[in-house]
Amino acid sequence: MTSKSEPVKLDTSRRDELPEDTIVALATPPGIGAISVIRISGQKSFESTDKIFFGKSKIINASSHTIHYGKVSGDGINFIDDVLVSVYRAPNSYTGEDSVEISTHGSPLISKKIIELLLNTDVRMAEPGEFTKRAFLNNRIDLAQAEAVADVINSRTEASLKGARNQLDGVLSNKVHEMRSSLINASSFVELGLDFAEEDIEFINSNELDKRILNIKTEIDKLLSTYSFGKVIRDGVNVALVGQPNVGKSSILNYILKESRAIVSKIPGTTRDVIREEVSIDGILFRLFDTAGIRFSEEEIEKEGILRSRQTIKDSDVVIFIYDVEQKIDTELLNEIYTLISKDKVIVALNKIDILPNTMLKADVYISALTGAGMKELFKKLKAQTFGNSVYSEKTAIVSNLRHYNCLTKANEYLNNARESISNKLSGEFISVDLRNAENSLGEIIGEVTTDDILNNIFMKFCIGK
Amino acid sequence: MREFDIIVVGGGHAGIEAACAASNMGCSVGFITMDKLAMGRMSCNPAIGGTAKGHLVREIDALGGMMGIIADRTGIQFRMLNKSKGPAVWSPRCQSDRKLYSEEAYSVVSNTKNLEIVEASVVDIIAEGKKVKGVITATGEQIQCSALVLSSGTFLNGLMHTGLNSVRGGRFGENPAIGITQSLINMGFESGRLKTGTPPRLKKNTINWNILEEQPGDEIPQPFSYQTDINNFPHLPQMSCYITYTDETVHKVLEKGFDESPMFTGRIKGVGPRYCPSIEDKIVRFADKNKHQLFLEPEGLDSDQIYLNGFSTSLPAEIQIEALHKIKGLEEVEMVRPGYAVEYDFFPPSQVDLTLETKLIEGLYFAGQINGTSGYEEAAAQGIVAGINAALKIQGKPEFVLKRSEAYIGVLIDDLVTKSTYEPYRMFTSRAEHRLLLRQDNADRRLMKYGHQFGLIDDKLIEKLSTREDIITKSVKLFENMKLHARNINPFLESKGSSGIDSAETISKLCKRPELTLKEIIGLNGTEQNPVVSSLIADEKALEQVEIELKYEGYIKRQFDMVDRLERYEATKIPLTFDFLTMKALSTEGREKLNKIKPRSIGQASRISGVTPSDISILLVYLKN
Repeated sequence: MTSKSEPVKLDTSRRDELPEDTIVALATPPGIGAISVIRISGQKSFESTDKIFFGKSKIINASSHTIHYGKVSGDGINFIDDVLVSVYRAPNSYTGEDSVEISTHGSPLISKKIIELLLNTDVRMAEPGEFTKRAFLNNRIDLAQAEAVADVINSRTEASLKGARNQLDGVLSNKVHEMRSSLINASSFVELGLDFAEEDIEFINSNELDKRILNIKTEIDKLLSTYSFGKVIRDGVNVALVGQPNVGKSSILNYILKESRAIVSKIPGTTRDVIREEVSIDGILFRLFDTAGIRFSEEEIEKEGILRSRQTIKDSDVVIFIYDVEQKIDTELLNEIYTLISKDKVIVALNKIDILPNTMLKADVYISALTGAGMKELFKKLKAQTFGNSVYSEKTAIVSNLRHYNCLTKANEYLNNARESISNKLSGEFISVDLRNAENSLGEIIGEVTTDDILNNIFMKFCIGK
Repeated sequence: MREFDIIVVGGGHAGIEAACAASNMGCSVGFITMDKLAMGRMSCNPAIGGTAKGHLVREIDALGGMMGIIADRTGIQFRMLNKSKGPAVWSPRCQSDRKLYSEEAYSVVSNTKNLEIVEASVVDIIAEGKKVKGVITATGEQIQCSALVLSSGTFLNGLMHTGLNSVRGGRFGENPAIGITQSLINMGFESGRLKTGTPPRLKKNTINWNILEEQPGDEIPQPFSYQTDINNFPHLPQMSCYITYTDETVHKVLEKGFDESPMFTGRIKGVGPRYCPSIEDKIVRFADKNKHQLFLEPEGLDSDQIYLNGFSTSLPAEIQIEALHKIKGLEEVEMVRPGYAVEYDFFPPSQVDLTLETKLIEGLYFAGQINGTSGYEEAAAQGIVAGINAALKIQGKPEFVLKRSEAYIGVLIDDLVTKSTYEPYRMFTSRAEHRLLLRQDNADRRLMKYGHQFGLIDDKLIEKLSTREDIITKSVKLFENMKLHARNINPFLESKGSSGIDSAETISKLCKRPELTLKEIIGLNGTEQNPVVSSLIADEKALEQVEIELKYEGYIKRQFDMVDRLERYEATKIPLTFDFLTMKALSTEGREKLNKIKPRSIGQASRISGVTPSDISILLVYLKN
């Protein structure tokens, strides 16, 4: 009804998407130029910039449309570059939000490093077209520009669609299709009983329906359990190497690098920095961090390093704790590690077994970075740590995308509701509410949402028609 | 030259509602029908309502329509279907006396003021500059109007088939309407062809009733209409239906006629409904089923004919009778008239707007089977919406569009316009995503305010409703707080096999237990002294509403939440002048579909197949500016 009387009162101020995250991206074309500009937008733009920017004053106190000279650093000690920071306060920015633009010298390495530092604060990588989209949402652009945005949204969706298709050509898509059609099948029985009350159709009894739903739920659970693995495939695994000086952390690191022969990148740092290497072992990206000591130190500079090492351990997926046959295990250090990360994520490795092969010392793996002994075992442990006990093959459907994960979780909740309705002996139309929601959640993953599916299924399979 | 505000063409269920609504809203109406005695004639089964269709009738009635009133006066069996399930799918249905229904329809129409019945056949529609001006009848008379509702049913180029014989006609023994289709095509409309069928009619006293299973009506029949006086209901003596089945011998006989089937030999070009297949279709499509259920329905109190529901067929007459004789109870049956299929023109409904006004010609409205629907109730629902909108337009008032979250009528029209249809469209409860809210028991609460606003529902009814609303609100609130104590209620709970409570519990919570009814709970000592409770006990209908609201509170709330979530898309309107074709960023398919259907809101746009989520984002971008 288009007239005044509305049955439901609504908050019309709600918007489709409320951009709350702070986002960052390189605003100039990638590659080597005279300068590069990094753009940050969102509520935490100033706060985050202040974490990496060292100038005369804090950006958070700066007025809009002012430019500030300073240096960028992750720790306030090692400076990456001299930069100019431009400050734009909401609503007088391109996006209409608080924004910062950092102009650096035009080196891809420098801008990459700065963006990485920002990503460690409360900032995430912007999606293509996201700045423009925000500009539009905040009414910062006119009709002509809106048209351009539309193009961006379109091309972006098509690109991601393509990406999605590639992924969906795979097993996950098949799996979701399969689950969804079993669900539609089950739903059809429920609807049949409701809409064809006078027909002599044998429709589903509640035990059978519950069994079918449970089967689908089990499949969803299986998929959900692959998520951590899927995430590993997408994001890689962070591994911290921890131990006393001279236990051979560096030689182990070097051995792994040599052995994997697939150095992705080497990010330079000083000896006091956390050294990070990226290697690919059996197609999985491992990020190796060689930490400096994490023990108490009087020295100011070392204190900083210790702080960073602790953070690195906290952020790791796996910690390799290393000691060697020439010294006793540093239980104090190990216990300290256990306060930073759960015990089961720590692999204790005993190095230098070439010196003392028949040691009585205890460890999870016995290795020698010099001879390579036990290194295979270490890799195996690393992988086991990462994937748990599950066995995955190329035929296993794997969830690696957060959106997919969320859709599946939602579907699962709906199916739980439906089962509850069944156990409460409620009639089909109540069960159907959740079955449909679950169908739609699954449909969202593969881009299929239509209520006609159920009816089509009914007409296809059942003889009806008083 | 005769002139009316509104002309309605076609005296079927859609036409009756359109004509009555428009004239009751104060417009002068010319109601053109080829045969005034055929008004409201039930061409197919002698029944009104059924699952989802019963909901439509209740909604039509709440808006001030005629179908429920006529059905109540002429019903010979009333049943509430789906009683064993939840209240959202309870559906009223009645068997009607076919002859009396039509007579009653004629009497209702002829007693409507501002309305003139014109017996004529329309051959041409006159439009000037994309605006409708009137019609020309077969006798050459020109009748003028400001708005025209076309509800011509199966009559447009109707062609009836029995075996390989085909006869031109819209209904048994009645002529087709020739000319209108061409007239519309000349204006730029696109037409299609559909098919529907009807079963043979049997002679009542040649059936062996004694061996058939009886299906009586409800012990306490419920009327469709809010206006029917329950003390004088039912009007007519009540009758039973009977049930029988086909078997493999019957199927074998029917199969003999397949090479003379107009369906299988390709003579019928129109698309038939999948949900109401002919018996020959059932045998082919569901080859694994060795029997099909049939209903023997009385055609009326004095009628000597029986309608064989479930046996719709267009096979040759001699095959029909041979097969009938193999059916239990019909061994010696006489066939009064064979079943037949009818093919007719329709206009894919993407060509009309949510008001049912055509997008091409201003003031021209389509309602009923011309839009591709099947069923009396679907037709009547469109009729009342078209009639109301035609009148509103003439009076310069804002249009009337029901939302999907408000009514099955809203779902029906939105589906038609947004998805169009290529087979006859029938309503099902499963088409309504907000099914739990759109119940037959609350049609008045959802829609009567609109009927009243248009002057189709009188003050008395609306006052009664508002008193009831008041009782409902107060009761729900009261029961959320009013507690019953363990010592008073535990014996009762025990007697009902329900677990006892520790100290005290609210009536609202107790009511959620499936084994308890609200009436029993509030019947327990003490509560009836409360004035709210006593007023509730005195009003059965209010009691029913409160019980449903309390019992299914969680589900109903979730449905309302869903309505809320979708509402912002429904509330984002797209102006009529919006030019989709200039938006290059839209996907090609999306652009074409949007341009064809011209959705009125983002919500509607998102339901069009082929319109992608990115198309919707893009539309939102444009609408912001």
